[in-house]
Amino acid sequence: MDVQNAQKLLRIAILVLVAGAAVLSRLYSVVNFESIIHEFDPWFNFRATRYLSSHGFDSFLNWFDNRTWYPLGRVTGGTLYPGLMVTSNVVHTMLSKIGIPLDIRNVCVLFAPAFSGLTAYMAYLFGCELKDETAGLLAAIFLGMAPGYTSRSVAGSYDNEAIAITLLMTTFYFWIKALKLGSVSWAAACALSYFYMVSAWGGYVFITNIIPLHVFVLLLMGRFHSRVYVAYCTWYALGTLASMQIPFVGFLPIRSSEHMSALGVFGLLQLVAFADYVRAKVLERQFRLFVVSFVVIVVAIAFAALLGLTWLGVIAPWTGRFYSLWDTEYARIHIPIIASVSEHQPTAWPSFFNDLSFLIWLFPVGIYICIQELRDEHVFLVVYAVLGSYFAGVMVRLMLTLTPIVCVAGGLSISSLLDVYNQWNVPVSKAPAVETNAKVSKKAAKAKEPADAAPEPKEVQGFFASFKSANITSSISKVVVLVTFFGYLAMFVSHSNFVTQSSYSSPSVVLASNMPDGSQFLIDDFREAYYWLRMNTPEDAKVMSWWDYGYQIGGMADRTTLVDNNTWNNTHIATVGKAMACDEETAYPILRQHDVDYILVVFGGLLGFSGDDINKFLWMVRIAEGIWPEEVSEGRYFARGQYRVDSEATETMKNSLMYKMSYYRFPEVNNGADRVRGQRLSPSDAPTLNIVDEAFTSQNWLVRIYKVKDLDNLGRQVPAAAAFDRAH
Amino acid sequence: MDVFTSLVNAHKNAPPRMKLIDIFMVFLVLSGVVQFIFCLLVGNFPFNAFLGGFSATVGQFVLLAALRTQVNPENKEEFRKVSPERAFCDFVFGSLVLHFIVYHFIN
Repeated sequence: MDVQNAQKLLRIAILVLVAGAAVLSRLYSVVNFESIIHEFDPWFNFRATRYLSSHGFDSFLNWFDNRTWYPLGRVTGGTLYPGLMVTSNVVHTMLSKIGIPLDIRNVCVLFAPAFSGLTAYMAYLFGCELKDETAGLLAAIFLGMAPGYTSRSVAGSYDNEAIAITLLMTTFYFWIKALKLGSVSWAAACALSYFYMVSAWGGYVFITNIIPLHVFVLLLMGRFHSRVYVAYCTWYALGTLASMQIPFVGFLPIRSSEHMSALGVFGLLQLVAFADYVRAKVLERQFRLFVVSFVVIVVAIAFAALLGLTWLGVIAPWTGRFYSLWDTEYARIHIPIIASVSEHQPTAWPSFFNDLSFLIWLFPVGIYICIQELRDEHVFLVVYAVLGSYFAGVMVRLMLTLTPIVCVAGGLSISSLLDVYNQWNVPVSKAPAVETNAKVSKKAAKAKEPADAAPEPKEVQGFFASFKSANITSSISKVVVLVTFFGYLAMFVSHSNFVTQSSYSSPSVVLASNMPDGSQFLIDDFREAYYWLRMNTPEDAKVMSWWDYGYQIGGMADRTTLVDNNTWNNTHIATVGKAMACDEETAYPILRQHDVDYILVVFGGLLGFSGDDINKFLWMVRIAEGIWPEEVSEGRYFARGQYRVDSEATETMKNSLMYKMSYYRFPEVNNGADRVRGQRLSPSDAPTLNIVDEAFTSQNWLVRIYKVKDLDNLGRQVPAAAAFDRAH
Repeated sequence: MDVFTSLVNAHKNAPPRMKLIDIFMVFLVLSGVVQFIFCLLVGNFPFNAFLGGFSATVGQFVLLAALRTQVNPENKEEFRKVSPERAFCDFVFGSLVLHFIVYHFIN
């Protein structure tokens, strides 16, 4: 076996191991807990997947879900990204066809880890395109293990992002390939994978903007050539048309401002290409006049049309979510519902280190190297790096889109380092060094495509090739540097492993805590309560809760909910917030109007679980205040500027339905000490309930369910009747 | 006007294959313009249909432009990996994808 084959074999073996490591490190959640769907959104995806596999594709696309958003319902088929569900259903069907009957739940649980293996492979291909195989392998390892990506793709985290990052990398790889070769097929492949991405995740807008931006930067740098035209125009024409096939996207690509940059660059490229063509054919003097008048007129018309259409309302202006990317305060002021989601908050700086480990300081190095080399594809990396860093700083969840580029840049920088320091047969004299140099460049020219094979051999070498010719003769320095970086790599692996295991593998449906003797204690109150609902309430019972728990109630308890995590109707959510925030007399008519049978609240006071409804209560108040400013006012819930729940609490707070339901009978246990707020309720503070009855309280009081009372038989007001009953 | 005559001259001097492509491109431009005027005059009621037809012309135009630059002997330097045969094959593939999507789109 010759060296080349051995290298190839080694590379395949490494890639298989990397994919294996990526998959296995994501299985901690299954090992530590069980094979269960995590968190909130995955429960919806899981429910949709089950619907798809039992009802078929057509009725899935036309699915009108009357068990959510009661009484409105939701056109679920037209308002979701079906890529994830369709893919896992296809996998499920294929597996059962070849005789592996796997439960659909297990397919969903293991979906994200399986795709992370693929992502690692795409990172390898991407790295190979940018530099060489070493960079590719390193990028694959980094992306396979980086906590920034693992956080969203552990087993059970069955969310759109699980598949979207794979598709993001695939699309970018195809894009680079299409741009380098100027080939229509690669551009068409890029458009198809873009289509897949659009079908899977709303974050496709990132691609829709970054590719035009890349092309635009290339134009500004004076790097227009026919390959840019071929790649971009094919991608745009096919990709945009394809993306409009997804019902949820519809005509957005030609109607909304987020997509206009792509259209603008498409138009601009036509002009530039035409001008380029004309220049070759006509005289210089004619050309200048022609181009100046022509381009100015067309650009002016296009810009005026864009403004006019936006003004007329044909093109939708930017959505609120998009504005909040530019102005981080925007959401807080105008759209409390977006600001209330913790993953939409700006990123705290330690989480960069936590999620990316040592890659965060290799990232600038990699980008510096790219700027030095600066072929077309490196411009892409730089553009991506700038955009990605900005977005990751603005929103925690967008850390996810930064991670791939950080990993690739890290791979580039470490492989460049290895190029310099990992050469053991460097000749001492000057002349042979030049020879190696030439050999390297010849090899590069043979292996790579026309872009780098520019006429002058000097240029062929580029910045990367200069690493290979670096002359470090001292073995000690080589050994020291290599050992140091080997140490960093090992630390990266152990850090990623640790973070994955400790902070990203919790299902958040089941909570883990430690007993005094150190053994693990699982708190399973959520499932206990949902199971109670499933077994003890009529099948058509309507359950009201804050929107966070909507998907879980739908998925686990299979009961109708008023609001859920889809948050498409702000008014409806505000109505629920108002019912929770008002006193009982005001709340009762709202509950009756919405046919509410049960109310579910999450209360962490006994357990010390800080993500409970009392802590989210202010968001309910704020959202309700946005719609009914004269009835609900945030200030009235603060006692002298403090958020109190004990005897100091304001009357409004004490009378609110949420407060009453949370602290009902609470002083009877644990001396009334609220472990989250660090405040204590005396028995005299115990609230009385008039319009609801306690139906169920879970083992650790984490979930409490109340049944709404029927109208009184004697026609009295319900609170009055309850007061009468209590007195007698 | 000078520009226009120079372009016509350039077209006359082009090899026959390129002439064919040029004519097809001009046809597509005209077809797109006709569709657009139709849309302005009559209305865009089945918007899917209009969009499908219009994007089909735009997409086909772009694919043709790509094919034209790729087979142009003057651009040999840029497209080392793309032979004229490969370019035509790509063109067919791209057109197939395009028309499949359009067919699906117009209902």
